[in-house]
Amino acid sequence: MTLSLSRRLIVLAVAVLLLGGLAAALVLRAASRDDKPSAGGPTVAPGTVTLTRPGTLTFLNGGQGPHRGALASVPADAPDSERTASELNCRRFYAASGTGVCLRSTPGALAQDNKALIVDSELRTLRSFPLAGTPSRARVSPSGRFAAWTVFVSGESYGAAFFSTRTAIVDTRTGKLEANLEEFTITMDGREHRAQDVNFWGVTFSKDDDTFYATLSTGGETHLVKGSISGRSVTTLAKNVECPSLSPDETRIAYKKRVRAGASLWREHVMDLGTLREHALAEKRSVDDQAAWLDDRTLAYGLPTDGAADSTDLWTVPADGSGTPRLLAPGASSPVRLG
Amino acid sequence: MYLADRSAPAGAEPAPDRGPVRAAAVAPTVLALGTVSLITDISSEMVTAVLPLYLIAGLGLSPLGFGALDGVYNGVSALVQLTGGHLADRVRNHKLIAGIGYGLSALCKPLLLFAHSLGPISVILTLERTGKGLRTAPRDALISLSTPPELQGRAFGVHRAMDTTGALLGPLAAFLILSVAVDGYDAVFGVSACVAALGVVVLMLFVPSGDGDTRPRPRPRPPVPRTAEADSVDAAAEPAAVAAAAAVPAADRPAPVRLRDALGLLRLPRLRNLAICAVLLGLTTVSDAFVYLLLQRRTGIGDQWFPLLPLGTAAVFLVLAVPAGALADRIGRRTVFLTGHALLLAGYALLLWAPDQPALPYLVLALHGMFYAATDGVLPAAVAATVPAELRATGLALVGTGQALARFGCSLAFGAAWTLWGAGPALAAAAAGLLCCAAVAGFVLRPAAPDVPLPDPNRTGSP
Repeated sequence: MTLSLSRRLIVLAVAVLLLGGLAAALVLRAASRDDKPSAGGPTVAPGTVTLTRPGTLTFLNGGQGPHRGALASVPADAPDSERTASELNCRRFYAASGTGVCLRSTPGALAQDNKALIVDSELRTLRSFPLAGTPSRARVSPSGRFAAWTVFVSGESYGAAFFSTRTAIVDTRTGKLEANLEEFTITMDGREHRAQDVNFWGVTFSKDDDTFYATLSTGGETHLVKGSISGRSVTTLAKNVECPSLSPDETRIAYKKRVRAGASLWREHVMDLGTLREHALAEKRSVDDQAAWLDDRTLAYGLPTDGAADSTDLWTVPADGSGTPRLLAPGASSPVRLG
Repeated sequence: MYLADRSAPAGAEPAPDRGPVRAAAVAPTVLALGTVSLITDISSEMVTAVLPLYLIAGLGLSPLGFGALDGVYNGVSALVQLTGGHLADRVRNHKLIAGIGYGLSALCKPLLLFAHSLGPISVILTLERTGKGLRTAPRDALISLSTPPELQGRAFGVHRAMDTTGALLGPLAAFLILSVAVDGYDAVFGVSACVAALGVVVLMLFVPSGDGDTRPRPRPRPPVPRTAEADSVDAAAEPAAVAAAAAVPAADRPAPVRLRDALGLLRLPRLRNLAICAVLLGLTTVSDAFVYLLLQRRTGIGDQWFPLLPLGTAAVFLVLAVPAGALADRIGRRTVFLTGHALLLAGYALLLWAPDQPALPYLVLALHGMFYAATDGVLPAAVAATVPAELRATGLALVGTGQALARFGCSLAFGAAWTLWGAGPALAAAAAGLLCCAAVAGFVLRPAAPDVPLPDPNRTGSP
């Protein structure tokens, strides 16, 4: 390569123009998606969503278009009908008894700005908590009093991916925050367990507003734990249980079970809390979500949309292991059946 | 080579008549490589900044376990670095190997768009880091070969400052794109690929190959005899560098570089000592992630500030990299390198014992950034002074790999200690280890060791 300086500068200028043009086109294409809904996708209309209307299914609208990420609602018995989209935008959402928790992530100047919002039934923000990382799981207790969330904390930049979870529980009435469940006393196999590699995620609440279940990870294993908010303690119950979800009648939990050690493959299971007996569900695909109970017999969960990188669809499957998975809503996540 | 001929006089001018502290221009090759690194770091940090969000919020994945894999990637990257360094010396074309490394990383960026699960994403990131591993040693060799010995520290400082600038600009660009295009991860990856491609273009256009052609060849000289390799290379190390500076080629038609020569490098006492010290100190350097976690635990920094902590370190590193490198050229690389570790030790001490004051996080981040400024570019500058030009990339890779593997080992050990004893005792143990290792390093690297009848590497820079 013995190009003269001026030749090289010309080549550089051409490269800058070409690559810059391509980059600008990519950004513009992505930006224009915000304005027009994708063809053939579900229809969405702006409107009012309230968290106290029984027989409603809410979820985060995931389809491309102007209402991407908005909390939307459809009648539970007609999930294919037109979606009503609210102004509330979240990454994860859950609600019960007129209280919602919305994990929001907006691009800041230097880093993502992540917040947990507690909203009332009209979606007005009651409280707001900063988050240390990327939103992952959210739940509200059946009474609406407690909310919990899990975020992934990535420790640094410079290409080193380092992840740890942080799970918090907040009393939505008093605002009292348990910022890190790792401070709770852990009883494992009858003995107090102290370790620094403890991570919690995926809280699910009981009706009594004290008992909760969650996943505890330590020593390379995951455990189902049963905890007490007032006692600030948890006890291990079973192994290889992630993202538990307590059934409305509180007799069973649905959870994802790692199929093979080390692999990122999970099968959705249901465990009877009385006998600790478990059975696999009819869903054969790998589920990486905290499933939600639509009623005592049916579960809903998200699966990546075929062929689309950043979209999930909602599916349902019977909780007793029978039947087959059924598409509930394309381009959606964080399902909640308002009771 | 056109650029080579133009750049050689400025880059290779001997210093003695002008005194050691003159402010000569930084070699064009260094600026070109700095620009390539700046551009490439914008590209890779764009991806790094949005990757957690893309994995968790976009794809809905649980990235736990990613951290464990990360160690494997870094181990692979370290070993690839050794391969890249040696290969570059063997084919006598540092630019080619560095270019392959940059190109491989650039190719990986658009592939991210097609990876929808953790498995493929891990494979792509591994390839990306393979590219990073390949290019590191040839790039550093190019920097050192284009710079006179007494200005090596500053040249590496300039490169590291430009590199860090890119690392700071990357997230800025990524979040700017995300604020224009909601969930525009595809746009971020696509733009990142374009930026990376531009980096490769700049490399191809403005960086000369490092096959010794950065020096003009006024007259041929008989080849250096390659018998009694281990000892003669040792003795020839400093003269080789001086010869390079004096615009005289070390050898007209150099013998091919063999694997044995690479291993023979470890018989150079000064390089071996540097490698030992890099490994020892690496074994007690707690990884950044742990430092930030400890800092948050210690000071209760609000969660919203947590993602910004690495930026604090990077900003200090960016500002001080050039002055620290220039200082190392003037007062001695050993002094600055060891001072850097003393500053890190002070940071650990603050984390352990300082009263919780509002200034504490700033102090710790400043010390952490100063540590990087005083060590990250100064170590390769010191290594370069001990390795003959034809094995420069191999020598840099040897020390770099040793340091990276040691730091990886430290991460594992520190994680285990944290689990067993808790955060405070683990850090205290690391601090004690660092103190011991720094003392050993100070002894091993003491100037003019009696068994080395060579001038001190820093001599050229002292008044």
